[in-house]
Amino acid sequence: MKPIATTRSVTGIPTGRLAIWWVITSEIVIFGGLLASYIMHRLGHEEWAGYAAHTNTLAGGTNTFVLLTSSLTIVLAHKAAEAGDGRKAFRFIWCTIFGGLTFLVIKSLEWTAEIKAGYTITTNNFWSFYYTAAGLHGLHVIAGMIIMGIISFQARRNKELQRVELIGLYWHFVDLVWIFLFPLLYIAK
Amino acid sequence: MSNASSPDSAHTGAHDEAHHHEESFFHKYLWSTDHKMIAMQYLFTGMAMALIGGFMAYAFRMQLAYPGEHVPGFGIVSPTEYNALVTNHGTIMIFWVAMPVLIAAFGNYLIPLMLGCDDMVFPRINRLSYQIFLISALILIASFFVPGGGFGGAWTAYPPLSSKAIYNLTPLGQTMWMVAVAVEFVAFLLGGINFITTAMNSRAPGMKMFDIPMVIWMIVIASILFLASVGPLVAGAVMLIFDQTLGTAFFDPNRGGDPVLWQHLFWFFGHPEVYVVLLPAMGIVAEIITVFARKKLFGYKTVFYTTLATGILSFFVWAHHQFVSGIDPRMANIFTVTTVLISVPLAEMCFVYIATLYGGAIRLTTPMLWALAFLGEFLIGGVTGIFLGASGADIYLHDSYFVLAHFHYTFFPIAIIGVFAGLTMWYPKMFGRMMNETWGKIHFWLTIIPFNLIFIPLFVLGMGGQHRRIYNYEHFPELAGESMQDLRILATAALIVMLVSQAIFLFNFFGSMKAGKKAGRNPWRANTLEWVTASPPGHGNFHPMPEVYRGPYEYSHPDREEDYWPQNEPPN
Repeated sequence: MKPIATTRSVTGIPTGRLAIWWVITSEIVIFGGLLASYIMHRLGHEEWAGYAAHTNTLAGGTNTFVLLTSSLTIVLAHKAAEAGDGRKAFRFIWCTIFGGLTFLVIKSLEWTAEIKAGYTITTNNFWSFYYTAAGLHGLHVIAGMIIMGIISFQARRNKELQRVELIGLYWHFVDLVWIFLFPLLYIAK
Repeated sequence: MSNASSPDSAHTGAHDEAHHHEESFFHKYLWSTDHKMIAMQYLFTGMAMALIGGFMAYAFRMQLAYPGEHVPGFGIVSPTEYNALVTNHGTIMIFWVAMPVLIAAFGNYLIPLMLGCDDMVFPRINRLSYQIFLISALILIASFFVPGGGFGGAWTAYPPLSSKAIYNLTPLGQTMWMVAVAVEFVAFLLGGINFITTAMNSRAPGMKMFDIPMVIWMIVIASILFLASVGPLVAGAVMLIFDQTLGTAFFDPNRGGDPVLWQHLFWFFGHPEVYVVLLPAMGIVAEIITVFARKKLFGYKTVFYTTLATGILSFFVWAHHQFVSGIDPRMANIFTVTTVLISVPLAEMCFVYIATLYGGAIRLTTPMLWALAFLGEFLIGGVTGIFLGASGADIYLHDSYFVLAHFHYTFFPIAIIGVFAGLTMWYPKMFGRMMNETWGKIHFWLTIIPFNLIFIPLFVLGMGGQHRRIYNYEHFPELAGESMQDLRILATAALIVMLVSQAIFLFNFFGSMKAGKKAGRNPWRANTLEWVTASPPGHGNFHPMPEVYRGPYEYSHPDREEDYWPQNEPPN
């Protein structure tokens, strides 16, 4: 049973949504610190543009497309949840999970090729940042997929439908981080 | 959107005596989602860690007073052990004592009670937060026993000392230390989000923004500061762990990295962190001063806005730790200005507290003594901070015992005096009985006097050029003189007196749980909501849930016979 505290809403914003925005705030600062460090280094090292030329823009671009599409499906899941249709939300959530999986598969192929070509996390600081930032982002993708899996089965039984919106907010954030990573790591050459 | 009223009334009385059922020890003490029990878990873990941290201080202070001699209870302190002791003393006292006790324990205990709700908004996340915290503490303690011993690269962990085992000589300890700190941050992020959301969304009906007790404001603002500042250090921790274990070169200048980057990431968190622990202590003092001066807080909104100003400014002062790290002198100028500036809101806060005392009917109870001592001692810490904030003076004083004495004059009032103030204040609520006042006062004096006798000599030594983190000053002829050694022995002797005196507190704290006289609901005749309910509050806190009609500081109101006016008492 939920405590009374959880059911109150002095601000008018549901507690879950409020909390997820604070989660996102804390995540922004984490990625912000990492990316700010990267940008400061990048500005100080002209030669990094040359290293960045070895990244696979096609794979990165495809992944951008995949993630953006998965953001669309989670919005459709939210729409279905708002309408009270848990089964439809369930299907769209699994579309999103599939999108996340595609992203990870492409990423693994990309990294395998790069590591085989000799670009590992210790090659130089560009590649260290590349693997650290993309890896941290990848962990967030995996976490999002696991949480979506749990939420989807609740949604199918029409329980806790508000959680579809919450995971949607989080998934948009994961998407947005990639929108920053893609130009910084792949395009700026 | 508000669905506040209907569930409230439906729940009223639902948890009353009829529903009382015996819970197993495991569910009651270890797996509880009750915010009060989680607060106790944090409190007792923090107290246990404080004993470990205090013992470490004893061991390395003995080495400094009597270099190379056998330390009773520890043995000979080797140079590596000395480094591990000072490193982990700092880490434990800040991350495993000040944070869990001031933010987590008081936050968990007071937020739902003072806001008039039955629990945190996410009780299970609250439990998870403590469990993650406990794991982090266990990782840290385990690191003392691995080959090579605990991390010896200082609590600030500057690379390359922290990133290369050939420098710090603790190959496993270095990584376990960093992992423990990072895991702990996750615990406090979960707790912080819970605190902020609870305060924003779950206040009792009728409680407006400026009816929130100051201590709650300060814990919440501290949580926001923590949440907004810790991120870069989380990223930095990942980078440092990679440098240690995978062989990356984020902080290695020989391979294109930048060691000063770590300092930026560390202090961008590290300086707001000072205010993260300071604000809850300031809030505790505000509550105590109003209750025991029987006066309205002199400037509620002044304190509120100065708290906000402190919070914002705290993000713009971090590089004052790096004046000698080779940063641009023009940048040093800017950070000198912001550092001196941040003393303005804090000074204003102190003036408000003093103005609250002025003309009050002051009662020198134990909590009040602690609160007043906080003001006096923290003032010394603050004023010496201005010396260090000015880059010119800092270049001479940097990394000396002056710095060490300065931040102990800030952290000791925060983490020890503030905590004792809070514990003696809310003990009757937590355990339903009063602590012994006489023993409380004896403990107070036996803590405050030795504290000053430890750190005033260290100011003198620091100005005399004594550098920090030195194992044995006999190796430095200009620092090995008898007059300097006498001051070191004085500080060590005072430390031992202070540590032994804590037995009085433990005796009083645990003894009063059985032997103290019954406290009743409101022994201090205070206004805030936690005093409305039983001591200790039962499951669900309030029966029925309270409503709020006025601010928290209506003491000695001219229209009333009683000199206090509880927040939940309906107007006639």
